Amino acid sequence: MNFLNKVLTIVWKDVLAELRTKEMFSSMLVFAVLLLVIFNFSFELRIENVAEVAPGVLWVTFAFAGTLELNRSLSLEMDEGCLDGLLLAPMERTAIYFGKMLGNLIFISAIEALMLPIFSALFDLNLIQPALLLTIFLGTLGFAVVGTLLSAMAVNTRAREVMLPVLLFPIILPVVISAVEVTAGILDGLPLGDLVHWLRFLIGFDIIFLVVCYMTFDYVVES
Amino acid sequence: MDRGLRLEDLLNWLSGLTMMGALYLVFLYAPTEATMGHLQRIFYFHVSSAWVGFFAFFVTLVASVAYLRGREHHWDIVAFSSVEIGLTFTAMAVITGSIWAKPTWNAWWPWHQEPRLILVTILLLIYLSYLILRAFLGEEERRARFAAVYGIVAFASVPFTFWSVRWWQRLHPVVFERQGTHLTPSMLATFLFCLLAFTILYFTLLLHRSRLAKLADEVAGLKKRLRLGEGG
Repeated sequence: MNFLNKVLTIVWKDVLAELRTKEMFSSMLVFAVLLLVIFNFSFELRIENVAEVAPGVLWVTFAFAGTLELNRSLSLEMDEGCLDGLLLAPMERTAIYFGKMLGNLIFISAIEALMLPIFSALFDLNLIQPALLLTIFLGTLGFAVVGTLLSAMAVNTRAREVMLPVLLFPIILPVVISAVEVTAGILDGLPLGDLVHWLRFLIGFDIIFLVVCYMTFDYVVES
Repeated sequence: MDRGLRLEDLLNWLSGLTMMGALYLVFLYAPTEATMGHLQRIFYFHVSSAWVGFFAFFVTLVASVAYLRGREHHWDIVAFSSVEIGLTFTAMAVITGSIWAKPTWNAWWPWHQEPRLILVTILLLIYLSYLILRAFLGEEERRARFAAVYGIVAFASVPFTFWSVRWWQRLHPVVFERQGTHLTPSMLATFLFCLLAFTILYFTLLLHRSRLAKLADEVAGLKKRLRLGEGG
């Protein structure tokens, strides 16, 4: 079995499991909608132009829902002894990393895809634009790349769910800043040329952390 | 045993002397700055503290990589000792910065105007996260491994955080007069000497903290043997 097949097998395993139970998906979706509604009300009471806070609210929602997903994904592995099974299987640890990372990316993106129309409606903005979708993808990729590694660590500590945001959020800040800036720029109608450096920055972050994380994943899962 | 003591003594004395020298230079030798007056003198300690904060983080990176390659326990000790010291000095930089900021800019923490404040806050948070991670891991080998990985990943994020905050700040300029610190030669000399003094202090503290950690490990080992001895 070559490397790509191994990666895709892991992705398919996760997707299949989720399709059957739909646990993670439903809870994440409800959580994300609740967050949006809370934000909507809390800002509306004080701020004139709600569209100004929209980029921030969007990314905070994605970050929190994404954290939920990362926690669930690794928790499930641990609880059912699946991670041990994966480690025993004849595949490189990096295949496990890429498989989990892609799975996380797919799930978080799926939630985001569902959130965007709801968000657009609540904030009265058009969010289904190609440039914005690209940004969301790049930001989510960065989040998944670092999050997969750190969730593997967090799930092994005594504090479990609380540990992941503590570890993840300081590292992921450049992604949040870039993503919010580009989102705001696009919603404000800025020319894409002005925003391209942020996108390049995001791509740089994604690439560098993909390398750093897949190289260090081995050290995290060895037993 | 003798050799270890000598290095410690050397560093202790060197630290003490250079610090006294730095104090002399900062308060008696360096000229008073034109606009800010004597308040400006805090700059020497403020920047030196921040420098040590960043340098300590770099040492943690080196120690983390070294640990993962050789799995030698002393590298783990160096890594987390460096984080503790780095955290302390970064906190000092923050406090001295605030003390400097209030009379100068009339704000305790103007982080919209000064992107470095955000960066320093993130650095503090990363340090704290590192220590929290260690606190919640019981098993020694795993703790060292995870901490080393986190040290590496966290360090890699620092340049990105720096640049993104910089660019963000340029997009949101505030009409804000930032007084440049133009250093006369004597000020520059004082500043460089302070940097040196603080760096030597850092290494002294690192040595002491590492020794303390080794002793703590020995005590833990002895306790274990005692318990096993009594049980068996």
